[in-house]
Amino acid sequence: MRAAVVVFPGSNCDRDMAVALRAAGADVTMVWHKDASLPDAVDLVAIPGGFSFGDYLRCGAIAAQSPICRAVVAHAHRGGYVLGVCNGFQVLTETQLLPGALMRNSGLKFICKAVDLTVETADSAFTAGYQTGQGIRLPVAHHDGNYTVDPAILAQMQGEDRIAFRYASPLNGSVADIAGVLSENRRVLGMMPHPERAVDAGHGGTDGQALFRELVGQVVQA
Amino acid sequence: MKARVYVMLKTGVLDPQGEAVRHALGSLGFDGVQGVRQGKVIELDLADGTSEDEIGKMCDKLLANTVIESYRIEVL
Repeated sequence: MRAAVVVFPGSNCDRDMAVALRAAGADVTMVWHKDASLPDAVDLVAIPGGFSFGDYLRCGAIAAQSPICRAVVAHAHRGGYVLGVCNGFQVLTETQLLPGALMRNSGLKFICKAVDLTVETADSAFTAGYQTGQGIRLPVAHHDGNYTVDPAILAQMQGEDRIAFRYASPLNGSVADIAGVLSENRRVLGMMPHPERAVDAGHGGTDGQALFRELVGQVVQA
Repeated sequence: MKARVYVMLKTGVLDPQGEAVRHALGSLGFDGVQGVRQGKVIELDLADGTSEDEIGKMCDKLLANTVIESYRIEVL
């Protein structure tokens, strides 16, 4: 499986993302935000966490208008896989590849800790390595993770089983405790928790491994 | 020409920062502050003749996230 990890000025989880993908067997290329195209035959684009463009204007807003993001949107529209973690999730909502928006945490504090999550659906290449309803623990590190979405779109997403992860207990004010959502074709996932920071015993947990293992495995077969 | 764009969270979208400011005003003894909404003001220095329609496009594309924010344009 060929993966590209996008690097913006201010990205800080790009190398962790590449390490996690490579450990799962992916062939990874880093791409710079000014690049106007993705490497040939890329299956997955990963948009990492960090503070792209210093979170100026709104988190992810400037990154979403970068040349590489136009290529990422085209890749998603062709049916390609896209994973956005933390700031990457914010970028995906700003590009409108995923619905809703991520606002300032309701408690106004930056939250940096490991949190319990529930896997809400195993029906995606990202979550097939888990059981629906399974509890997992991943780190979060964000100031703007308070997911909000129009109630009609939320109902539609729930009806289509597109909530990927929920916080086991309220964390940041997110509607319905949503931690991650899938696109309509289930090939774009945005999530605030960091699976790439839980893929090695040295990280203090390995609950993120199944996401990368399954994603790389399933996409190779496809 | 210059224009000013006011970006505010839409009515009904909870504004945690405004809420925190309201609490802080209360703790400073300013009673009777019933609500605070915090937004942004963006000043644009534009080529003469830029239409309000064009500024609206700038808002829709970048300056505001219309999922949660509304904007108002003031041409100066």
